[in-house]
Order: sequence, then C-alpha cells, then structure tokens
Amino acid sequence: MLYFIEQCLNGIQLGMLLFLLAAGLTLVFGIMDLVNLAHGSLYMLGAYFAATFAIWTGSFVAAVILALVVSALVGMALEIVAIRRLYARSHLDHVLGTFGLLLFFNEAVRLIWGPAGMTLTLPPQMLAAVQIIPGIYYPIYRLVIILAALAVAALLYFVVMRTRLGMLIRAGASNREMVGALGVNIKLLYTLVFGLGAALAGFAGVMQAPILTVQIGMGENILILAFVVIIIGGIGSIRGAFVAAIVVGLIDTVGRAFLPDLLGHILSTNAAATLGPALSSMSIYMVMAGILIFRPEGLFPAASR
Amino acid sequence: MSASLERPSLDAAADARLTGGTAIAVAVIAALALVPVYTTLTGNAFLLTLFTRVLILAIGAVSLNLIMGYGGMVSFGHAAYLGIGGYAVGILAKEGIGSGFVQWPVAVAASALYALVVGALSLRTRGVYFIMITLAFAQMIYYVVIGLDRYGGDDGLTIYRRSSFGGILDLNNKTVFYYLCFAVLLAGIYLVARIVNSRFGLVIQGTRANERRMQAIGFPTFRYKPACFVIAGALCGLAGALLANHANFISPAMMHWTRSGDLIVMVVLGGLGTLFGPLIGAVVFLLLEEGLSRLTEYPDLILGPILLLVAIYAHGGIEGLLRGRRG
Repeated sequence: MLYFIEQCLNGIQLGMLLFLLAAGLTLVFGIMDLVNLAHGSLYMLGAYFAATFAIWTGSFVAAVILALVVSALVGMALEIVAIRRLYARSHLDHVLGTFGLLLFFNEAVRLIWGPAGMTLTLPPQMLAAVQIIPGIYYPIYRLVIILAALAVAALLYFVVMRTRLGMLIRAGASNREMVGALGVNIKLLYTLVFGLGAALAGFAGVMQAPILTVQIGMGENILILAFVVIIIGGIGSIRGAFVAAIVVGLIDTVGRAFLPDLLGHILSTNAAATLGPALSSMSIYMVMAGILIFRPEGLFPAASR
Repeated sequence: MSASLERPSLDAAADARLTGGTAIAVAVIAALALVPVYTTLTGNAFLLTLFTRVLILAIGAVSLNLIMGYGGMVSFGHAAYLGIGGYAVGILAKEGIGSGFVQWPVAVAASALYALVVGALSLRTRGVYFIMITLAFAQMIYYVVIGLDRYGGDDGLTIYRRSSFGGILDLNNKTVFYYLCFAVLLAGIYLVARIVNSRFGLVIQGTRANERRMQAIGFPTFRYKPACFVIAGALCGLAGALLANHANFISPAMMHWTRSGDLIVMVVLGGLGTLFGPLIGAVVFLLLEEGLSRLTEYPDLILGPILLLVAIYAHGGIEGLLRGRRG
C-alpha cells in the first residue's frame, strides 16, 4: 500500500512534467496550427542551459531562472528566424521542417557541449526525503517538481483566462484573421506564444535535469509522450492537457511498477519479467488508440475546431 | 488549399512523362543500374553496400508515398513495417527456418495484417490525429520488440544466415542482392503507377482531394482507404525483409520514430505524390547524409537547415522544383 502511494506520487510527478511540455505544445498547436517536433529540443536545451549556468553561477536557483529566460529567448528567436515561415504550410511541411530543426539542435548541442552528458547537482537541502504521511518518506525534490508545476499550471490558467494577453491568445485560436483585422499585432502575439511554449518546455527540462542525465536526444521520447497527452486531451485545450498528462503519467508509472507482478500470477516469472515492462510501455498508446477510436477529437475538444 | 487542388495529376505517369522530373528519374535509375558495374571495376565494396541501403529505403519511401502522396494519409509510423518485415525474417531465422520462400511471405503477410488492424482503427480519425495515432501504433510495436527478450530485446539480434532461395538466388552475393533490391524497387514503382491510374487509385486520389464528395457520389471510401493502406504496408514489409538481410541484423532502432521521420523526409524531399519523387528523395537524402558525414564531424548541422529550407521554400520537393523551372 505504501509502495502504491509512492508510485502514484511518482506518476503524478511524471504527469506534471508532461503537462509542462504538453501545455507549450498544445498552445502552439492550437493557436498557430503548427506541428512542432522541435519542442523536445527546447526541453533538452533547457536542461543543458540549467546545467551550464549551475556551473557558472554555483547557484541552483539562479541557474533555473537564467535557464528559463534563455529558453524563452531562444524560442522567440527560433520563431522569428524559422518557425513563422512555416505557419502557412501544410502539416507535412511542418513535420519536415521541424524534424530538420530537431536534427540541427541535437548536432548543435553535440558541438557546443560535447557528446558526453552532463549532470545538474541539487543543493543538499533538496536531497533529503520528508515524511508526508506517517510511514511514507518522499524525496523533497520530487515534491518541489509537483508543486512548481502546479504553480505554473495555475499561473498559465490565470494568464490565459484572466488577462488581456490570454484573451488575445484565445481569440487567436478561434479566428486569427479576425483578431488581425481588429488591429492586434498577430505576428508579435505568435512570437510571444512560441516563447511562452519554449519557456514551459525549457522549465520541464530544467526540473527533470537533476533526476536524469542531461544528454543529447533526451527530448525525443518524451516529446512523443507529450504528443500523446495533447491528443488524448484534445488539441488546443490546456485543461485537457492537464487531465491527460496526469492520466498518462499515472498509467506509465503505476503500470511499470505493478504489471510485472500482476502478470506473474498468470504467467511464468520469466515471461512476466519480459512482457511486463513492454506491456506497460504499450499501455499508454493503447489507451490513446482506444480514446481516439471512441472520441476522435480527444477528451476535451477545443470548441473552435 | 488551392495548390493541392491544382497539383494532383490524375494521370501521374503521363504527367511526369512531360516534365524534367522524368528525365532525371530515368538518369537516376540508369545510374543505379550501373552501380555494381562501377563498384566491381573499382573494387569499392562500401559503395555497393551504401546503394543497396538506398534502394531498400527507397522501396519504403515508394510505399509511404502511395498512401501519403496519393491517398493523403500521412502515416508517421511507417518504419514499423520495416521492423515487422525485418523481425519476421530474424525470428524465423533464429527458430531455424532459413528459407526465403517462407520468411518473405511471412514478412509481407505480417505487415499486411498489422496494416489492416492499424488502418481499420486509425482511419476513423483525420488530419493531425491520424498522424499521431499511426505514430502511437508504431511506438507500441517498438516497445513490443524491446520486450522480446528471446530475440535480443533492446540490443537487437544478429542474423547469421541470409534467407536462402534454394539454388535460385544467392543473397550472399552482394551483386545479386543489389539487383534483387533494384528489381523489387522497380516493381514497387510499377505497382504504384498501375494502382494510381486504375479506377481504385482514382478513387483513392479523389478521397485525398475531397473525401466527403467521393462518399456523396457513392464510393465507400472507408473500404478503399484501408485497402490502399494494406498494400502500402505489405510493400514496406518486403523492404523490411530486405533490410534485415542487408544488415544481417535487426534491432528496435530500425523502427524508432525518427526512422519514420526519415521516410517522410525522403518522400517530401523528392516530391509528394509523384511517381519517382520518393526514389529521388531517398537517393538525395541518404547520399547527402553520407556525404556530409564525410565532410564534417557534424553533418546534421547542415542537413537540418536544408530540410527546413525545403519545407519553407520548395513546394513539391525536388520534383516540384524541376517541374516549376521547366514548366
């Protein structure tokens, strides 16, 4: 039981991370109608920036903040130089162009930081575990991730639903020509949205950096998971992304932890040890396929599309 | 959208015949036919290996182009068929069944069956949801083979003996194997040409342009599209069987999602929905990759921006460029 609660917390933590990635992806997708395969690269860059700034400044917090700012700036620069020329093209051209960007960023990271990975060391006070319920100790840092992501989710909700910028973003998602015709600088708006998405992806990378090794290609598999999240949630819906991210995070983590044991009851131990991890990796995609078969537009289809 | 309405050539073969694209394609095919001659004269075995790989992936691209270029079904999981075809050969070889007469039909049948299931389930969705659901199914297969401990799991499996075809073909002879791949490629292109100009193919192309209208005039498009999907899957499964024999090795990496991305790049680079575009795209992409990695330590630093520029500026890929200049 204790193990189960711990695994659920891990699942929520993964879900929160996926939400950070998926929120940026779904914003860009919902508003600019852009399939961005390079989103995972921004996640990777965020992690590399944080690891580098941590070495330069010696401070974890300063590294996180600097990495966030630089991620946003890189995202906006990328939008101005390349991405904005892709909006008018088909989804297939988006796939081609951003696939090229993905290759470019992987190689650029190898050129700048070298092929070996990096590590980001946590400040000592974050390494400890706290007792959250009697008998359950949980690493502080993972709690920090959950809380920080929740705070970002709340902030994002506030920005999108309660501010003028958010109003323009929502308006842009439902009818971009009309927003442009009303005198809003739609180009600038798109650049800002892309920068916001890049900052969110970079933030996810920064938060994950101390847990995993910072390495080339780290964004590729998690990008696919983030795509699964926004498809399950419904493209363009931040609320959908939030719900779907937690669902996907829980299925992945809990499945990985318990499926091998469960299968052990029906199959031989050997077969279960092989099949278990494969099945739990597959389970997310099965859930996604199942949801798409019954709800082809995801759980929370955005009203406009 | 108007561009995509102008572009579709209902008689693709005849249309291509009139353009510079075909002249280039004929030159490319002639050059490919002469590669073994050149490599025998110069003793450059590596080049033959490289071009064998080009031919095999070109078959995959031709197959993808059938559904993506002509049918408008953007599959982001096409590498799964390469993997299924490859694993069919590898698993049978490991279990002691070395005959190509068994291995290859199994590879094709398994890919076709997988395509049937994926097609039946995913063709209900459209647009970007379709892109993502095909990707999801490919990821599932990817994790399935990682879970196959007996067949190497994550590390892959070495195939010690290539498929045997009795005394008819010796696949260990590199030249024979090259020409076999070449023949399969030409047969694949011919098959696609026949399909897209048939009544069946016209319905498929009509579905890409406007599915609702095709349904309104009485075509059950929900039966045509899966059929097309299965044909493409079977062809790509055959390419997978060739790839396994070529590399003497199979691993989950051959069906990683970035491999599916490579196939899409080849098709779009060469020219979507053109007969010879995928072949040209495969040749250009793989040779560019190879050439750049010899030129510099960081090939993707150049390759990546090239792809981006193609996406931004080259409507219709290389075929489109040739056509635009001539036309």
